[in-house]
Amino acid sequence: MKDKQLSVSAIKEGTVIDHIPASALFKVVSILNLDKLDTMITIGNSLESDKLGKKGIIKLSKVFFEDNEVNKIALVAPSAKLNIIRDYGVVEKRVVEIPDEIFNIAKCVNPKCITNNEKVSTRFEVVSKSDLKLKCHYCEKITDQDNIEII
Amino acid sequence: MKYKNLVSITDFTKEEYMRIMKLAAEFEENHRQEILNGYVISTLFFEPSTRTRLSFETAINGLGGRVVGFSDSGATSASKGETLHDTIKMVSNYADLIVMRHPLEGSARLASEVSSVPIVNAGDGANQHPTQTLLDMYSILKTQGTLENLKIFMVGDLKYGRTVHSLLQAMSMFNTTFYFISPDELMMPPTYKLQLDKMGLKYFEGKDLTEFLSEADIIYMTRVQQERFTDPIEYERVKNAYILKREMLKGCKKSMKVLHPLPRVNEIHTDVDDSPHAYYFDQARNGVYVRMAILTSILGIK
Repeated sequence: MKDKQLSVSAIKEGTVIDHIPASALFKVVSILNLDKLDTMITIGNSLESDKLGKKGIIKLSKVFFEDNEVNKIALVAPSAKLNIIRDYGVVEKRVVEIPDEIFNIAKCVNPKCITNNEKVSTRFEVVSKSDLKLKCHYCEKITDQDNIEII
Repeated sequence: MKYKNLVSITDFTKEEYMRIMKLAAEFEENHRQEILNGYVISTLFFEPSTRTRLSFETAINGLGGRVVGFSDSGATSASKGETLHDTIKMVSNYADLIVMRHPLEGSARLASEVSSVPIVNAGDGANQHPTQTLLDMYSILKTQGTLENLKIFMVGDLKYGRTVHSLLQAMSMFNTTFYFISPDELMMPPTYKLQLDKMGLKYFEGKDLTEFLSEADIIYMTRVQQERFTDPIEYERVKNAYILKREMLKGCKKSMKVLHPLPRVNEIHTDVDDSPHAYYFDQARNGVYVRMAILTSILGIK
């Protein structure tokens, strides 16, 4: 494990998002709007992982997230873990939790839904967390894990 | 009334369903009341409909209210590219309540969020048609004397039919036993069966319409449409299996009634029409009383 962490340089203060499935890394970047940040970010992808096969990791210098903000990534990376870093040391570990409601992150799977035809922010109720199922607040159709498309 | 809008059948509680049933019975007794005098109700039909629109307008006119609206969006600003959001914003300045039908699913929920006056959903695509469900329930209550512990057969297109989905959601609060009779292609979707499992309700699935019919309190027929089949040969093979004929009803309970949201094409043979079991035309008449009850409840008059 130590060897793998060395492959990306350490940060002094900030947040490390680890155990992101490799396929979801760039979605995480987009959901958290990391492209808008001007602080130092190190992104690694397709790193060897015992649990995930290939994983991604994001190291964000001087960035700390609120729970509700970071929980948005649970949709695409439910296995992600956060390490909060102070003075080069991990002071807190957090897991992401799927929120009960999801605003404007995912697209409704139903082409006849009003949200896919008019300028309306999407909104879902999470009806199942283990086997992810989102119920559209508008058309009431279920979008499941395989069909989730991030806006 | 607690809710300002009627968008989805699940917006109402069991108590609220029963309140609408009671009010509808009152209107059936006495439907010449001028209690909507001075009210303007807008009927926005972005998609054509005969029964639903006429039924609403009959209900409104019968109670002395005025109707403004359209029955074809081709003649409105929607055809110039106006968004639903803007149309609703504008109309809510004119009317006390908006009744709307729209081809897109979720449109009524969106309208309820931008409108300053109550929205009654008269059908949003394949999603919800709650006033139909309430009139179905009123028809069941009227013919069976209760909504509790009944055996309801749903026949035909159970996959796409919004009326069966909404009726299932509403009737599942009354300890109903459901029998789903459909071809393989049009079976009840798993989501709804899961809901019943969670509530501990019994249901049966089958392909043969004649089996168990003697158990039924209600047979709810829907049409098996050719366009739902990917294989036209498969459609030809099953289409006649879901046509209800008078001879099939021989062993049925005396009190059993056949319901259908209409329009019927051929799924109920005309020889059923004068059977004592036929109730589909009475069902349509009940719609007027139920809509009177819904409108006056939401407007806070009753």
